[in-house]
Amino acid sequence: MAEQKTLATTGNVMVAEAMRQCAPDVMAAYPITPQTTIVEEFARFVAQGRVHTEYVTVESEHSAMSACVGASAAGARVMTATSSQGLALMWEVLHIASGMRLPIVMANANRALSAPINIHCDHSDVMGSRDTGWVMLFAETAQEAYDNTIMAVRIAEHPDVLLPVMSCLDGFITTHSIDRARMLDDESVKAFVGEYEPAEHTLLDYEHPVTHGSFAGLGGPFFEFKKAQREAMERSREVIRDVGEEFERLSGRPFGKLEAWGMDDADVAVVVIGSTAGNARHVARELRGTGVKAGVVKVRCFRPFPYAELAAMLKGMKAVAVLDRAESFGAEGGPLFLEVRSALYDLDRRVPVVDYIYGLGGADVRLELIREVYDDLAGMAAGATGPEGLVYLGAR
Amino acid sequence: MSRIDEWKCEEFPRGAVIPDSGSSRDYVTGGWRSERPIRDEEKCTQCLLCWIFCPDSAINVEDEKVTTFNLDHCKGCGVCANECPADAIRMANEVACAMGEEE
Repeated sequence: MAEQKTLATTGNVMVAEAMRQCAPDVMAAYPITPQTTIVEEFARFVAQGRVHTEYVTVESEHSAMSACVGASAAGARVMTATSSQGLALMWEVLHIASGMRLPIVMANANRALSAPINIHCDHSDVMGSRDTGWVMLFAETAQEAYDNTIMAVRIAEHPDVLLPVMSCLDGFITTHSIDRARMLDDESVKAFVGEYEPAEHTLLDYEHPVTHGSFAGLGGPFFEFKKAQREAMERSREVIRDVGEEFERLSGRPFGKLEAWGMDDADVAVVVIGSTAGNARHVARELRGTGVKAGVVKVRCFRPFPYAELAAMLKGMKAVAVLDRAESFGAEGGPLFLEVRSALYDLDRRVPVVDYIYGLGGADVRLELIREVYDDLAGMAAGATGPEGLVYLGAR
Repeated sequence: MSRIDEWKCEEFPRGAVIPDSGSSRDYVTGGWRSERPIRDEEKCTQCLLCWIFCPDSAINVEDEKVTTFNLDHCKGCGVCANECPADAIRMANEVACAMGEEE
C-alpha cells in the first residue's frame, strides 16, 4: 500500500488535488457554483507550476466541453469540471465527447437546475444527462470524490472503453464541507494512472491525417455506430471492477459499484446515491440496536448501471425504499427508482419497492426523515401496504 | 478505402474516425435535394452573391466567374435563387430535371 497523508479539507480541494496528480495535458473549464473552487484550486496549481497543464479559460461551459473535445481528439489527456446549468449548457457536446469516444474526465458538483433558481444540491443535473453516453461515478465523501477522480482516468482511457467519465459529488455537502480524507503521494498516483497514450488516429498526427466527427446520416452507419458505442459501455463494467480492485491494493480502500451495509441479513433496505448514504447508514445502525434488520445499498456507479449485482443484493428483501434526489416528471418515480425496479423485474419473487423523492434543491435530509422511510419499510415487511405512489419526503 | 456505409459495428474505427483526410469529397450529399438551381447566363451579372451565400460551397467558380453548380453537394436549399439580385437563378423540380424534362 502506498504512502498517504491525512487531510482535513473539502471535496473540491480533494478533486483538484486528484486532477493535479493525474496531470492532464489540457484543462478547459468555466467556474460555476458549487464547482468553482475545483477550477480555482487547479488554476492555482498551474500558476504555481505544480502541474504542467494547458489551462484554457473559456467563456462558457459549452466552449469548455468543446475545447475538451478538440484537445482530446488531438491526443491530450483532458479534464474539466462543471455543475448544474453548466452541465446543461454542455449537453450537446456531451454526446459528441462520448460519440467520438474521447476519454475526458469531468467532475460534476451535483446541483439543482432552474427554475426557480437554486444553487444547492440535488441530482437533477447529472440525471438529466444520464443518456449522453458517459460513465457515471458518484461520491459520498471527499475521500470518494478523490478516489473516483483517479479511477475515472484509468476507466476512461482503457482501450476497451475509451469513453468519457463523469465523477460526481454532492454540491456544498461534499464539495464544501471540511471532511477527513487520505491523499496518496504524487508518485503513486502518477504510476497508477500511467503515461497517457492516445488511441491511434489523433488530429495532431500530421503523418497520418484523419477525419474526426464525420457525417453518418442519409442511410449511413449512424445506427450501427451507436451499437458499437453501447458495446464499449458494456465492456466498461469489467474495467470498472478491475480498476477498483487495483485501486484498493494501492489505497487500501475498497471500491464497489454498489456498496452494501448490513445487507447480509437485512429484511429491509434503502437504496441511495451520494452523501445521504451516511445518514441512511446512521439510522440503519440505530435500528439494528432495536432489532430491525436494516440495510443500505449505496450506488457508486450509475452508468453502466449494475443491474445484476443489485438484483442479487436485494433478492428476498421484504421491502425496499429508493431515495431519489432528482425528478423524472411523468414517470413512475425518480431516475434511480426506474433503474432499481428494472433490476428487480427478473427476480422470481417480487420485491416490494417504494420511491421517495427527497432533498431537491438542497432541502434538508434530517435523520427523522430517513427514520420515516424505515418505518414505512418495517410496516411493509410486517404486511402493511406501503405508501401510495411516490412520496415527496419531508415536503410541506 | 472501404466504404463507411458498408462497415458493421465491430469494424468501426474508434469514434468512427475516418483514417484518411479530405474524405468529404468522396461523399455525395446532394441526395436529399428536391429542387435544383438553374442559372440564366444572360441575366447573371457575376456578382458572386450566390457563391457567398451557398452554405455547401456548391457554386463552382473559375476566374472569378460562376460556371456551374456542384450537384453532388447542392442540397437544393434555394438560398442562391433567393439572394440573386438579378433574378438569374430559379429552382427547378429535381425529378423533372433528372428525367431530362427540364434543362
